[in-house]
Amino acid sequence: MTDYRTFLKEYDGRTIRIMEVCGTHTASIAHAGIVSLISPKIELISGPGCPVCVTVTEYIDRLIELSLTPDTVVVTFGDMIRVTGSQKSLQDVRSEGGQVRMVYSPLDITALAEAQPEKTFVFAAIGFETTTAVYAALIDGMIESGIRNIRLLTSLKTMPPVIDWVCSMQGGIDGFLAPGHVSVITGSDLFVPLAVAHGVPFAVAGFEGEEILMALYALVKMISHGESRVMNLYPSAVTPAGNTAAQHMIDKYFTSCDAAWRGMGIIPDSGLMLREEYSMFDAGSRDLFSDHSHHPKCRCAKVITGALKPTECPLFGTLCTPDKPQGACMVSSEGSCCSYFVNRRKV
Amino acid sequence: MCVALPGRVISVQGRKAVVDFSGNQINAEAGLVSVKPGDSVLVHAGCILQVLPEDEAKFMTELFAELENL
Amino acid sequence: MAHGSGGKATSDLIGSIFARCFDNPILAKMEDAAVVPGAARIAFTTDSFVVTPLFFQGGDIGKLSVCGTVNDLAMSGATPMYLTCGFILEEGVEMDDLEKIAKSMAQTAKDAGVMIVAGDTKVIEGKGGLYINTAGVGFLPEGDFEVSSSFCRDTDVILLSGTLGDHHAAILSARMGITNTIESDCAPLQGIVAELLKEGIKVRAMRDVTRGGLATVLHEFAAASGKCILLQEDQIPVTAQVRGLCGILGLDPLYMGNEGKMVAVVAGQDRERALACMRKSPFGQMAAVIGEVIPGEAGTLLLHTRTGGTRSLSELYGEGLPRIC
Repeated sequence: MTDYRTFLKEYDGRTIRIMEVCGTHTASIAHAGIVSLISPKIELISGPGCPVCVTVTEYIDRLIELSLTPDTVVVTFGDMIRVTGSQKSLQDVRSEGGQVRMVYSPLDITALAEAQPEKTFVFAAIGFETTTAVYAALIDGMIESGIRNIRLLTSLKTMPPVIDWVCSMQGGIDGFLAPGHVSVITGSDLFVPLAVAHGVPFAVAGFEGEEILMALYALVKMISHGESRVMNLYPSAVTPAGNTAAQHMIDKYFTSCDAAWRGMGIIPDSGLMLREEYSMFDAGSRDLFSDHSHHPKCRCAKVITGALKPTECPLFGTLCTPDKPQGACMVSSEGSCCSYFVNRRKV
Repeated sequence: MCVALPGRVISVQGRKAVVDFSGNQINAEAGLVSVKPGDSVLVHAGCILQVLPEDEAKFMTELFAELENL
Repeated sequence: MAHGSGGKATSDLIGSIFARCFDNPILAKMEDAAVVPGAARIAFTTDSFVVTPLFFQGGDIGKLSVCGTVNDLAMSGATPMYLTCGFILEEGVEMDDLEKIAKSMAQTAKDAGVMIVAGDTKVIEGKGGLYINTAGVGFLPEGDFEVSSSFCRDTDVILLSGTLGDHHAAILSARMGITNTIESDCAPLQGIVAELLKEGIKVRAMRDVTRGGLATVLHEFAAASGKCILLQEDQIPVTAQVRGLCGILGLDPLYMGNEGKMVAVVAGQDRERALACMRKSPFGQMAAVIGEVIPGEAGTLLLHTRTGGTRSLSELYGEGLPRIC
């Protein structure tokens, strides 16, 4: 059996830069201590696949506004509670009377809304394709049950346009660790056009330490051979075509739109929003594009796209720490900078 | 951005399914896949995304074989 | 609160509940202050408890308030002796609940070998909230026994008295609507400490693993001692249910709070005997040696992961909220 561990540890070819485009992969890599198991010539870069990190301040400001509106409750995942908009976070606003509820699943909003029909419940609908499938199921269920007091404020993003953006605008990435759970929904074939267009390999990986090591091995090998194909290394959950029922449901309720990515600007057709005929479920998600970076020296845009390492940002660890974060990369626990900081990574 | 976990379907009621994760049970959305009690499933944010194979070992063997060919 | 904003009727009612539940000779004197026999060196601490819900799987706010203070005293090496308790009750508190909580405190105090000798109650406007403060004194052993987070030395080992994350998991499960049988591990630890001292184990540092979790406590030990601590992930006990919950909610047991677990750093040669001491207690059945002090960068806490890699752990930042990312 191939000794991929030894291969990765002893790799001594030219320096290779691999981007993981999924916040959960960033967390899993840190959790397993992957960096300590691979050669320093294999550099791992955290990409823009963290929906919290790439949410613009205007979206959060709108959530805050909604939470302070009479008879309106904002319902959210834990991830968003401490993220600051232009001034404050949902957590800050709670002490001013802002109505904010944290849930495990978007589907949990239904019970809340049924219990208080006089109030409007707004879900902070962030995420990539994986979570969009869940929102589609939520809307589907809402239509079936006839419930009328739930809305979504959406900040939904898709993978291919931003990967394309990284390759076109930035370059310098030799291979991609492709998101495992996005691929469950979309299928691994999603990345084929990107591999062909930019001549870089993709390896769809699971989230266990061993699975990540195998995927890194596959990428280094493909890069060394100049191959630019998509390998599926998570075959138990991912197929080339993905979950077509989920895709149809997403397509039924959502349509492509331009989206603003914090620190990167607007990327055309990189987002999803509720279709016109379902806009009665929308809480005013259109055109939330404004982004106010707090500090002129904040380098989140460059870190998110792999142009800079967290440690290369002038604010990292001094003016910007998890306790007093400047930009999104530090605010979210999945952000590159936060991950680097709490895991005390030096490279 | 996709914390998801494999669990076991205990029961199915319409478009909902009770899924067990080592003794934790949630009432998950089952509208995106066709499931039955006993199935191993992948769940993200309270929603079943995929049915997982019982024979994981077979997939791992195939995986290793693919790596071998690189 | 049927008796409104306080007044004789209320205080009589409350007083009768506490007098009945906390019955002991010192409290029975009903003086303004409790007078107790003393010792040369006294450990003294206080803590306040505001947890909601008041009753949860495995415990309640009363049990928590006794264990919390007992454990703080025990972690200094003292034998906990006397506690006071102050209640702040908002209007709307059910008398039945108050009685249950008082009974729970009495039982826990008995289990921990302490007496609740003084107390106070205030009633304020509100919606049924209940808050408890406990203060406690304990007596240190004769001689110059001392433990400190700065006393860790090379070749010392780290012991953990049981499974991680149970309390935090129990509270969070209720809030997030996840059904399981996880119970708070709320427990008094003075028994384990007494056993360690009785056996003459050279304990350098001890701490109960509360808010911030194991990683926060041990990171502080490493920093205060100027040492490097290495933990083995596969030696750290976590129940399958808690692990499952962490998988669902994206949590890390290393950063979750407990209310009845402790770490002890002891001399390397005492590892087996120290482990045996912990396992003698009903609250230390799952005790394990989880790591050691090794030569390395001062102030670092390292984890050898299940995958075979090394991870550097910091103290907890933020609140360890559930996540989907």
